[in-house]
Order: sequence, then structure tokens, then C-alpha cells
Amino acid sequence: MNRSFYRLLAGAAAVALSAPTAMSQELTIFWAEWDPANYLQELVNEYEAETGVVVTVETTPWSDFQTKAFTEFNAKGSAYDMIVGDSQWLGSASEAGHYVDMTEFFAANNLTEIMAPATVKYYAEYPGNSGKYWAVPAEGDAVGWSYRKDWFEDSAEMAAFKEKYGYDLAVPQDWKQLIDIAEFFHRPDENRYGVAIYTDNSYDAMVMGIENALFSYGGGLGDYESYQVEGILNSDKSIEGLEAYRKLYSFTPPGWSKTFFVENNQAITEGLAAMSMNYFAFFPALVNPATNPHAAHTGFFANPKGPYGDQFAALGGQGISVVAYSENQEESFKFLEWFIKEETQKRWAELGGYTAHAATLESEEFRNATPYNEAFFQTMFMVKDFWAVPEYAELLTAANTRLYPYIVGGEGNAKEVLDALAADWVETFKKYGRVQ
Amino acid sequence: MTRLNVDARASAGGLSDLSIRNLFIIPTIAFLIIFNVFPLIYSLATAFTDYRASTSTPSNWVGLDNFRELLSDPNIWRNFTITAKYVIISVTGQLFVGFGLAMLLNRPIPLKGLITTLLLLPMMMSPAVVGLFWKLLYDPSFGIINYFLGLGKFEWLADPQMALYAVAMVDIWMWSPFVMLLSLAGLSAVPKHLYEAAEIDRAGPFYTFFRITLPLVAPILLIAIIFRTMEAFKTFDHAYILSTQPTTELIAIRLYKMAFLEWQTGMSSAFAYIVLIVVVAITNIYVKYLNKAKAR
Repeated sequence: MNRSFYRLLAGAAAVALSAPTAMSQELTIFWAEWDPANYLQELVNEYEAETGVVVTVETTPWSDFQTKAFTEFNAKGSAYDMIVGDSQWLGSASEAGHYVDMTEFFAANNLTEIMAPATVKYYAEYPGNSGKYWAVPAEGDAVGWSYRKDWFEDSAEMAAFKEKYGYDLAVPQDWKQLIDIAEFFHRPDENRYGVAIYTDNSYDAMVMGIENALFSYGGGLGDYESYQVEGILNSDKSIEGLEAYRKLYSFTPPGWSKTFFVENNQAITEGLAAMSMNYFAFFPALVNPATNPHAAHTGFFANPKGPYGDQFAALGGQGISVVAYSENQEESFKFLEWFIKEETQKRWAELGGYTAHAATLESEEFRNATPYNEAFFQTMFMVKDFWAVPEYAELLTAANTRLYPYIVGGEGNAKEVLDALAADWVETFKKYGRVQ
Repeated sequence: MTRLNVDARASAGGLSDLSIRNLFIIPTIAFLIIFNVFPLIYSLATAFTDYRASTSTPSNWVGLDNFRELLSDPNIWRNFTITAKYVIISVTGQLFVGFGLAMLLNRPIPLKGLITTLLLLPMMMSPAVVGLFWKLLYDPSFGIINYFLGLGKFEWLADPQMALYAVAMVDIWMWSPFVMLLSLAGLSAVPKHLYEAAEIDRAGPFYTFFRITLPLVAPILLIAIIFRTMEAFKTFDHAYILSTQPTTELIAIRLYKMAFLEWQTGMSSAFAYIVLIVVVAITNIYVKYLNKAKAR
């Protein structure tokens, strides 16, 4: 009896000790909780079918994403093997040693050629123009616009618009037309409003929204290489751009003081606004009749150009980085080699992900796949981003503090606001030794 | 009183009363030391460094630089001013509403128990949930507040002047029951014969209130004010959800952003200690008044 018992115990111990090696390899990718993460999970299930490696896309709400990610990084935790981090984190995460240097991986796979240039510049490279890369562009994204085609194509509306503004009502070609159309459709008595824009100042939504105006008016946030801010952020063109955004706010629905992607899509699904800005990642919901009763009448356009011919859009999107504390770095790189293949990128686009793969983006197949893909394709070659420096969060906090009272509260004027913000940013850069 | 017999064997297992007492107390003390005392001391040390939790670079001792920078930052003083205004509005509102409710309930009325229980419900809710549904109540398009007050599409949370009052009103709604509870306890302890004597002497209701009720309930009210002031200073949850206006940026919200969005760990530790000192100072003032009130 005793001998049998000890044999049984030894057998159980052997099984227990061998269990880890018998289990399949697993990888965890951390991302924010939104539709593209669901599409990525569908995609990686195909990787599992091919290789047997189980890949789980773990998500958390956007509002917690940065905090949760950096808490894990700071603890040097190995909970995540890869992360689809925000482009603004590149500087902070790479300088802190949280991301694995992918420069060799880029060179070996010629990624600077096969991915869209803007995505390599903003999702992957830090410092700017350094040739050092920290992420594989994964989800391309930028701000675009949706609009109510039926309102635009109504003959009575078209006639009234032509009479008032002297040109045909159509998709706006520039920001002046965008503002005119917003004004034209702003009818609070009819519960119809001109436009929906980003105003949430808890993270980066409002600043991203303002960037669309600032950049297209020929303004900017500063020189990302020399860290010069004065004369760029508060240039005459930047001031004009900010004034244009403030003007647009006056044509938003009531209660539009803390809005991001959810509310801006609701502006279309609930028939509130004629036009709505949003990241392209959220447009699939607008072409789905189950989520948008006006899906058949919803159209899309790229951010229009400004009065001086500049045309840019705020960059969104993320790249996949390998976490430095992961215990599966080799396996992670094998996954990324699979991810960057052309057929995988095509499949990613088919599932709803926004590929950054240049050839896939430029293909007729992709551009015609959905009503918004053409606008997305045009936009991805004219994007600009926020600062990707380690102190980006302090820059964002200062921007939110200065810009919000002007945009939402109408306090002060654009020049005062941008002068003050420029001074704030200069102080921040001096604090971190970026400028003297 | 039963004295602890250190030698008594409580069970066949051989544990003495003292051992059992220690077994119950030690885990709690250990928990307090790990999660309260140690972080307090560690963050005090961090407050004198330029430590950033988001980087792996070693931190440097900066002495009082963090405190100097904070106390000379006009934005921080703005946060303190906003918080002070919020505390005054909120605590005053809670005092009037809570004490008023207690006065109304301090009499034999039908369903008194049920009414009291229902009135206590707001303070049992999660502050985050409260923030979310009050956001709906304040909505300019379909919120019932504008509807019942006939304010059209007034934007409570977007208006820079009104947003702080809107946030304070939520706090008043949520925590007046706490003041009510303490006030009820105080009112029920007032000896009935004092009211009888006042009635015999034909004292009016105002006289009775200001000469009998208020002085005797004052110590309890001061305790309620102390607690609510300390809590109001720390308000975060519902304020953060309701509004991110600069005019509603309370100290706790600024501290959260500094610590967890900007990852200025050393600076935010210093900020937290400044807030602690302020709260302790204010509490000491209240306690002095409380002792005076008790002595009277």
C-alpha cells in the first residue's frame, strides 16, 4: 500500500513538473478596448491556427490604457508581451527602457519601405529622424469626417445654400466651406446642428480635434527636432486655425462640452448633426444599419484644406511594440514577422483593421472596400502628430488647461491662449533640458 | 471589568488569552503598517526627489525644490482656491440641508423609519455612479433639472461659472444624509425637560432653537463639519466624471493628473503632503472650536 502510494505521488509530481513544457506557447498583446482590438483578436486566432501559439489581445478602456500600461512597465511586469501603444508614448517608453529596440528588425524586413511613410515616422521612429525604431505600425488611423448625404443632396437645401453662400452645397473642399455648411445646417429649433467635434479635455481628444484646424491652416505645434515653439504654435496661422475650431464649436449640439468618439458617432446615428469629425477607426459603426439608422445616407470625406492650401489631419493609430520585460520576446518577433506579411496585412484590412502597409493601402481593392477607405487612403499620406517626447503628458495637460476655456467657454482670445500655451511649453522643455 | 488573564489557557490547543488577542490584532496592525504607514513614509522620502515612476533612471535628491516649485506655481494656487470655494459651498450646503432634514425628522411622524432609510440612500451609492447619472440629469437637451427649473438648454457643466456649483450640488445631495444622521443623534440627546421648561416660560421657537437646540447640538455638528471638510478636500470621483473644466479642477484631480498622467511621482508626493498639512491645519482649528463648544 505504502509503495503504491509513493509511486502514485512520484507520477503526479512528474506530470506536474512536465506540465509547463507540455502547454502551448502563449502571447499577450495589450491594447485599448475598441473595435480594432476585436478585429486583431480575430486575426491572431488565424496565427494560432497556423502555428499553435495562442495569442490573446487583452484590453482595457481608453481612459485607463495609459495608466495601466505604464503601471505594468514601471513594475517591470511580464504580464504583456506586446503592446499596441499610443504614438505619443514612443519617447517616454523607449527612453525608459520599456520597449525593445526594433531597428534591426526594421532593417531585416525593410519595414521603412513597405509601411506608409507617415506611419513609420510617427508610430515607430524616436527620436525624430534618428533611424531608431520601437514599434511596427499596426493600426493606421487619422481624423476624418462623416456627413449626412441626404441633407446635402436635398434639392431645397441645395437651393437655399446656393442662394445664401453663392456656391453649390457639396462635400467641403476647404475649411471656409466646412464652417459655412456647419452654420447653414445649425437649426436648434429643429433639433438639427451643424457639426460635432472633439471637446473632451481629459486626455488628448480635444487637442487632436484642434490639430485638424491648426495644421490645415498652416500652423503647427512646434519644431519636433529643435523644440522651438514660439513663433510656430502662436503664429498667425495657428491663431486663425484655433479661431476656426472655436467657430465650429458654436455650431455643435447643446451639451457638447466633453465629447469624444462615442458622442461624435452619436451625432450622426441620432440625426443631430450634418457633419461629425471622428477617427476612421470608428466609421465601421456608421455604415452598419444595425448601429446607424442613417447608414445608407452617411458619407465620408478627408479633412479639408485650409485657406493657404495646406491639408493635414491629426494622426491617430498605434504601432505594436515588444515589451522589454516580456519572457517571450523571441516568440513575439516571430509573431511580428507573420503580422507584417502582405497577405496578413490584407487579411487585417478585410477584418476591419486599418493597415499601415503601403501596398495594401494603395490597392484599388482596399480603397473601394468601404465608403470611407478612399478618404482614409488620402488622409494617411497627409497626417501630422502631437509631440512624442517623454514629457508629452505635461504638454497635453497644459494644452487642455489653456485651450478648453477658450473653445468651450469662449474665454479670452486665440492669440492670448496660444501665447500662454507657448510659454507653458517652453517652460516644460527648459525643465527637461530640451531648450536653454 | 474583566481583566485579561495572560496565563489562562483558552482551549485544548494551549493558546492564552494574550495570544488570541495578538492573533486578532497583529494582522490588522500589519495591514495598517504595509498599506498606510509604509506608503506615508515612502512618499515623504519621494517628495524630496525628482523621481518619475515611468522611467528606470535613478532619482536624485532635490531637497525642497518640489515644494518650492509647487508653492510658487499660480496654477496650483488656482487649484487650491477652487477647492476652498468648493469645500465652503459643499459643506455649508450639506450642513443646512442635513440639519434641516434632521429637524424635520426629529418628531413622531408616520413611516419615519422608512423615510429616514430612503434619505440615507444617496450616501450609500458609488461616487462614480452618482457622477454618471448626475451628468445625465444635467444634460441640456434631455436632463430633468433644466426641465423642472424651466432653464431651457442651459449647460450646467459647460458653463465655466456654474460648473463648480453643479459639482458641489451633487456632493450636497450625496452627503447631506450623513450630516442628517449625526444631527439626528445630537437632537435626540437633547433633554426633553429643557423644551418643556422653555414652553412653560413661553419661549418662542427661535429662542428655543438658538438657546437650547443649537448650543447642545453644536459639538455634533462640528464633528460632522470636520469629517465633511476633510472628505470634501479629497473629492475626486464624481467631480472628475462630471466635469473636466479648468474651473472644476480640484486638488485631487490635479494630483491624479500629476501622478498618473504626467508621472511626476516626486512632485505629486510633495503636493500630496502639502494637501495633508492643509487638511490637518484646518482640522486642528475645527477641533479647537469643538473643545470650546464642549466646554460650554
